[in-house]
Amino acid sequence: MDQLFNRKYIVQGLFIVIALILLGKLFYIQIISDAAFVSAESNVLRKIYKYPARGAILDRNMKVIVQNEPVYDLMVTPNEVKPFDTLALAQALDITFEDVRKNLKKARGKSSYQATPFLKQISVQSYARLQETLYRFPGFRTQDRTIRHYPDSVGGQLFGYVKEVSPVDIEKSEGFYKPGDYKGKSGLEFSYEETLRGEKGVINTVYDAHNTPQGSYADGKYDVNAVSGERLISGIDMRIQKLGEELMMNKVGAIVAIEPASGEILSLISSPGYDPNLLVGRNQGNNYMEFIVGNPYRPSLVRPIMGYYPPGSSFKPVDALIGLQEGVIDPNTTFFCPHYYQAGNRKIKCEHFDGSISLRRGIARSCNTYFCYVFQKLITKNGMKNQRQTYQEWRDKVAKFGFGSKLDIDMPYERKGYFYTADHYDKIYGKRWGYTNVISQAIGQGEITATPLQMANAMAIIANRGYYLKPHLIKGIGDKNLVKKEYVVKNYVGVDARHFEPVIDGMQDAVNTSWGTAILSRIPDVVLCGKTGTVQNPHGKNHSVFIGFAPRDNPKIAIAVIVENAGYGSTYAAPIASYMIEKYLKGSVSGARAAQVEWMKNQNLLPVLKDKTKAVKLTKADSLLLKKADSTKRVKDSLRIKSATIKQTVTTKPKEFKSVIIDKPVIQK
Amino acid sequence: MQQQQGNRFFFNVDWITVLIYIALCAIGFVNIYASVPPEQTTVFGFSTLYGKQLIYIITGLILGLSILLFDGRLFNVFSPFIYGGTLLLLMAVLVIGNKVAGNQAWIAIGSFKLQPAEFAKFGTALLLARYVGAFNPKFRDVKSIMIAGLIVAAPLLLIMLQPDTGSALVFLAFMFPLYREGLSGYFLLIFLGMIVLFIADFLVPTYILIIIITTIAGLFIYNNRRKQKIIFSTVLVTVFAIGYLFLIKIAYEKVLAPHQRSRIELMLGLKTDNKGAGYNVIQSQIAIGSGQGTGRGFLQGTQTKYGYVPEQSTDFIFSTIGEEWGFMGCSVVIGLYMFLLLRLVNLAERQRSTFSRVYGYSVACILFFHVFINIGMTIGIIPVIGIPLPLISYGGSSLWSFTILLFIFLKLDSNRMGFI
Repeated sequence: MDQLFNRKYIVQGLFIVIALILLGKLFYIQIISDAAFVSAESNVLRKIYKYPARGAILDRNMKVIVQNEPVYDLMVTPNEVKPFDTLALAQALDITFEDVRKNLKKARGKSSYQATPFLKQISVQSYARLQETLYRFPGFRTQDRTIRHYPDSVGGQLFGYVKEVSPVDIEKSEGFYKPGDYKGKSGLEFSYEETLRGEKGVINTVYDAHNTPQGSYADGKYDVNAVSGERLISGIDMRIQKLGEELMMNKVGAIVAIEPASGEILSLISSPGYDPNLLVGRNQGNNYMEFIVGNPYRPSLVRPIMGYYPPGSSFKPVDALIGLQEGVIDPNTTFFCPHYYQAGNRKIKCEHFDGSISLRRGIARSCNTYFCYVFQKLITKNGMKNQRQTYQEWRDKVAKFGFGSKLDIDMPYERKGYFYTADHYDKIYGKRWGYTNVISQAIGQGEITATPLQMANAMAIIANRGYYLKPHLIKGIGDKNLVKKEYVVKNYVGVDARHFEPVIDGMQDAVNTSWGTAILSRIPDVVLCGKTGTVQNPHGKNHSVFIGFAPRDNPKIAIAVIVENAGYGSTYAAPIASYMIEKYLKGSVSGARAAQVEWMKNQNLLPVLKDKTKAVKLTKADSLLLKKADSTKRVKDSLRIKSATIKQTVTTKPKEFKSVIIDKPVIQK
Repeated sequence: MQQQQGNRFFFNVDWITVLIYIALCAIGFVNIYASVPPEQTTVFGFSTLYGKQLIYIITGLILGLSILLFDGRLFNVFSPFIYGGTLLLLMAVLVIGNKVAGNQAWIAIGSFKLQPAEFAKFGTALLLARYVGAFNPKFRDVKSIMIAGLIVAAPLLLIMLQPDTGSALVFLAFMFPLYREGLSGYFLLIFLGMIVLFIADFLVPTYILIIIITTIAGLFIYNNRRKQKIIFSTVLVTVFAIGYLFLIKIAYEKVLAPHQRSRIELMLGLKTDNKGAGYNVIQSQIAIGSGQGTGRGFLQGTQTKYGYVPEQSTDFIFSTIGEEWGFMGCSVVIGLYMFLLLRLVNLAERQRSTFSRVYGYSVACILFFHVFINIGMTIGIIPVIGIPLPLISYGGSSLWSFTILLFIFLKLDSNRMGFI
């Protein structure tokens, strides 16, 4: 009996062991792990998001240029759906019977008890139609949100577009964006995403096991109201933005206009453009493929900030300014122009016959010889042995004008252009190189490329007589009209104001004298100063270029216009610029010029596609190739210099030259 | 004389056990109240679950106290009749019973539903106690084991026919009183081994298990190679074990219902099914786990309030305790049960009569099985077996049967000085 009595302890011990096992597991799931707590919250809590309206964008005249439009997402909670008239729903939504079944299946795959999008971005019209019959489709409800609307249907590249976030966006934002959120993907929508997007609101609702709402969670303590995005005021003048896009219709190129005193961009046009409204709404994906990717003229290349063009003649005033500042020339310096400039074995042609030519006339007639001499004097001012050093100094001075680096415009994907340092030429030529090797830069050709934005900015510098403010699109953020600090700083370029007047004289003559290059682009009662450029390129017709500012005193607008493969600068680029300026300064283009505007709009200058694909795509790879070919050729040439006669070289070379500037007097129409 | 008896009556009843009983009933009431969806708690009516439970508790107390008024000897004398009566009820339920959720377990009397399986427990306990008390077998011979086994097996098999596997399993608890009375510990070991092999058979391929078993047996035989008897029994055990492995496979496919199979697989982690068969267990664990240290507070449990745990007032009442009272509340409840169980064993040991002792052990072990299986099920260490948490779960049959079970023992205990 005693022995069996001990079995009591075995039984009691078993009880205790089991109790400890139970407590151990309880301790784990209640104290150690919080997985259950998280699951419990997600069981009962449903977050219903309230999407804020994105901030509007106004132009400089306070006209709304980007606004919002209400749309509706049709949401479905699959396990609340009862058999319904599929055909009726399809008709109400204007989709096919198959789509209804497909979307429903997709929603079921995501979650059966949570509302998921069935059809996104239903228009107001469809919504009105649907609203009447929605009661017949249990399980469906609408969620309102807003999409973008661009009233003027222009400025596709400028404004960019807004799109639902991708998984990559969500990951990058470290959880800020949730699936279903929208985000600016390019243009202003991208750069000012944080200002425009606003704050999402959330309503926490408690649901029971049958998915019936049971009121707000914690008395709404954690609910947040949606806060609309802040509005932006841009420097854009929609009147000239629109005119510019119309003028550039059926042309490839870019226009940038800047208000010199403030650095505000008045218009930024990339052609071919597109209607930004195409990239809104349900057809966004299809339209993107059709109109953006599908267009062989590549609208996705934002030419004003991404396109690389040799600055050509727009570079000559810069040359002159540095020459004046360095004292190698004065306003009265003349050079003899024998219709060409001889640099070692190379001949750079001039298209005018003047003989001895002064600075003022040199600029007005765009004399290549004059500026090659200026360049030569600049580089050799410390003797022939120090050319490398002086080149680097010259390069740094030019760089202050904004060439060869980004101007930090408030738009994504800006590129900086090519403008090489002395180190670069060391690599190509070794230590033995001089001004003759890099002479083409004197006339803005050869290895220097610039974006239209940089060219317009150079004009703003001249208009301001010596400084610029970083060009920017947005001049006021939110109700307080904040502006970024970097956009109110004057950047001086190191050239004294007094040196500008002689240069500006020349630019005034270019437009306003009978011997100028752009006299047809004269604007009545406005002194327009400018320069034409005709940039030859190896792949097709010349690019037509015009840069300028107006009026001469107290300038209001600086502009750069590039029309690719359009021929002479005076025929297309200069008139386009003058219409833009007249419209901006006077409000309209008047008189006979109004008819010319219509004529210009109707010009089709689209390059032939076969050539086009190569010519327009002056991509980095392309220009690198060109540059390489050009450089190696010159190395070879300089080695051959002793054995070959100049004549032979000249006869074999011209066609192989990458590009040559040919400025011509105006041809009468 | 009458006065004296009254005094003895009050002094000899173990009031501490009664207090724990009342405490557990009260905990049950509070948590059933919390488990009822909010819209049903507006009027305090007797039509609600907690209203009904209050009636069950009050009537249960009256029932228990009136049991104390009986003469304890009656239970010994009438035990065969009570046992026979419950067997008859178990047979009757198979014929006239109401089918609820696939189980034919209830006999409806008016609006009240009776579950005979609950009452079979104390019927069996009484007869087993009487058999052991009267013959005092030491379970060294096959005959006594057979008789005791038959007493337990008869109601067990009848309940299996309903089929109510959970309630039937509880009858295995009778092994412990028999063990206390002399049944060889090997039976417990074999039982434990069967459970281990059963689980192992799902997690490890059968042939590996066979290799392991034969290797262990071989080593054991080698160590005892001079003792023929041991070699013989080892070989026998090994053969049975291997046969058992194959039997599990067959029985698993042929005997168990699909829902039982999936419950076992879920518990062993062989499959996950958060929306189907696994929903209950997952939700129950979520509710308990979300209670954390001190719980969300009375009526504050969101999982409880919004009905995420099915069967919450009955079999899954522990999830309410876990969510609203946290680890502290769970510890108190488990502590109370342990205190009750250990006390019952101690009380059983102080009985003079074998009848009372066996009965006391039976009560303790039945309660233990219920507590272990029920709580184990709600926290996912045991497959879902639908048996109630004693005294706490909602339900009249269950509450009354535990009351009767307990109070008969308390009565026997109060009479321990006298002869039975």
